[in-house]
Amino acid sequence: MANIMYWEAIQRAHDEEMARDPLVICMGEDIGVAGGTYKATKGLYEKYGPLRVIDTPISEGGFTGLGIGASFLGVRPVIEIMSVNFAWLAMDQMFNSAAKVRYMSGGQLTAPCVFRSAGGAAHQLGAQHSARMEKVFMGIAGLRVVTPSNPKQAYGLLKSAIRCDDPVFINEHELMYNMKGEVPDTEYFHPLEGSEVTRSGTDVTLFGYNISVHWCLKAAEILDKQYGISAEVIDLYSLAPLDREGIKKSVSKTHRAVIAEEDEAPVGVGSEVIAIINETCFFELDAAPVRVHSALVPQPYNHTLEKATIPDHEDVVKAVLKLFGKA
Amino acid sequence: MKLEDKKRVLREMVLHRRFEERCYQAYIERKIGGFLHLYPGQEACCNGVMEAARPGHDYVITGYRDHVHAIKCGADPKRVMAELYGKETGSSKGRGGSMHIFDVDKRFMGGYALVGGPFPLAAGMAKAIQMKGGDEIAICFLGDAANNQGVFHETMNMAALWKLPVLFVCENNLYGIGTSIERSTAVIHQHKRVAAYNIPAAECDGQDIDIVYQHARKAVDHVRGGNGPYFLELMTYRYRGHSMSDSRGYRTREEEELWKQRDPIFILRDRLIAEGAMSMADFEAIEKETDAYIENEVIKFAEDSPEPRVEDLEKYVLADRETQLPWLTGKAA
Repeated sequence: MANIMYWEAIQRAHDEEMARDPLVICMGEDIGVAGGTYKATKGLYEKYGPLRVIDTPISEGGFTGLGIGASFLGVRPVIEIMSVNFAWLAMDQMFNSAAKVRYMSGGQLTAPCVFRSAGGAAHQLGAQHSARMEKVFMGIAGLRVVTPSNPKQAYGLLKSAIRCDDPVFINEHELMYNMKGEVPDTEYFHPLEGSEVTRSGTDVTLFGYNISVHWCLKAAEILDKQYGISAEVIDLYSLAPLDREGIKKSVSKTHRAVIAEEDEAPVGVGSEVIAIINETCFFELDAAPVRVHSALVPQPYNHTLEKATIPDHEDVVKAVLKLFGKA
Repeated sequence: MKLEDKKRVLREMVLHRRFEERCYQAYIERKIGGFLHLYPGQEACCNGVMEAARPGHDYVITGYRDHVHAIKCGADPKRVMAELYGKETGSSKGRGGSMHIFDVDKRFMGGYALVGGPFPLAAGMAKAIQMKGGDEIAICFLGDAANNQGVFHETMNMAALWKLPVLFVCENNLYGIGTSIERSTAVIHQHKRVAAYNIPAAECDGQDIDIVYQHARKAVDHVRGGNGPYFLELMTYRYRGHSMSDSRGYRTREEEELWKQRDPIFILRDRLIAEGAMSMADFEAIEKETDAYIENEVIKFAEDSPEPRVEDLEKYVLADRETQLPWLTGKAA
């Protein structure tokens, strides 16, 4: 096991897959000569050259469509959208071309491409550089959505996404690229479907994904030590499809659920998880499930206002205490 | 083009015309649903370009007015009609419809309904060809109105920058849906718009197949020769409305009649007759044979074909699960 950073894990996945298959390419803004805004493609340009590590113009719709078109002929592009905020410009191609082409061609054509993008609020980047857009991607037929919460997942999910014949959107987080974690030394493929019990517990299930898994883990620690509440933490690394069985199993055990997300609440991961709980194990519930989420405002620049927008582990603790009538 | 080829192409163009007119009739009879965008008037464009290219070898992509391009690439007209009827035997198994005809075996890579959508897809296919080192080219047929979407410029820039083997064919039929080009576009002559990206370009009459072919020959040779993209603008006209819901109130009947006097099929027919290569009776026989073929084989096949099964509704959304299990479960061998 190597203890490496999230960006290093992504870089390693790229490198291994590009070394294995000459049709794997990566493309995006500043990913080549500059080495990538978050270093996720560092050193690849020098190793694989400009035909396979493509510095694109700032034309998100154009280069995303170009990658998709190349994938029609068997190329496996990893398309980096520098910030998820720019993905709006590429969504026409992601949704109308990549996600639908298999269906509307009656199974003749597929777009085996990977879209990687950094979402989440970083530090005072303002309204147009702080978006969380998971909710937008997870409701699209024909598109898989995964979101790594640690370096092992970042490595293994990208490996699997490159190999998978379906288009996959990988939602990363601006604040997580320097997070360290254990990654297997040998080749590892993380499942694109399912969920992971990150911490076992009996009294309440805390659902998180990407950065909010860490809020949940921290909250579980506090709940255990200070309040004697045993929280189970489920990592929903696959947002599309969501793991219905995993959600049902845990809630049927703990009978209480809190869903933590950095995205805003409406039509989001939390709404969807609660719908799944209602559909699969409503009568197992001892209390109504609760969502912890961002405020529905364009991200403010001011530091204090920004902090007030984004939830953290304390909000998860508060939500749980409320569930138990302790707040 | 050789004489024999011209005679063959005339027969194909008659098929293309009669196929589309028969679609019109089937739409009125409610056998075909959705939107239906027909090609009559523009036949010399697709035929002239593809005669200079290699159908079934080169990768072709287009917008929603796509039936004729698919057939020209080698798609079976029976399966295209069955698609319009929404049948399981259709070229996209009834899942696509008129705007989404695909025949990947024949390298017809699809019809797309966002007007500028195919631009970057075509450039991407050209990128793949460039990587693999094949002698194919990508050909993107779109209308003039598609050039007003942002991806037109984004794609032209990248295609030129990376010298991609892609031929952009602009079928300028003077209308984007129901808005004339002079009311929507600052520049009528579309080939001028790619000069900014140093892409070689030409404009020619899109009604005379001999002229289209000559220009396409040069364009295809340029692209196949590894010289990067080329943009060919063909001035043409669609006789019918944008789609079936269009009563053509935005243009005059006189204008339509003027264009019909330069009908691409009649231009070729009259030339062949003048050259003594065929007679009017020969032409009428072709029309008759074509109609009989469409009625007795194409329509019959579509009518007799089965509907898709409702149990298969979710098939083709994602890749066949069994084949993807190593990545879905993480249990790679």
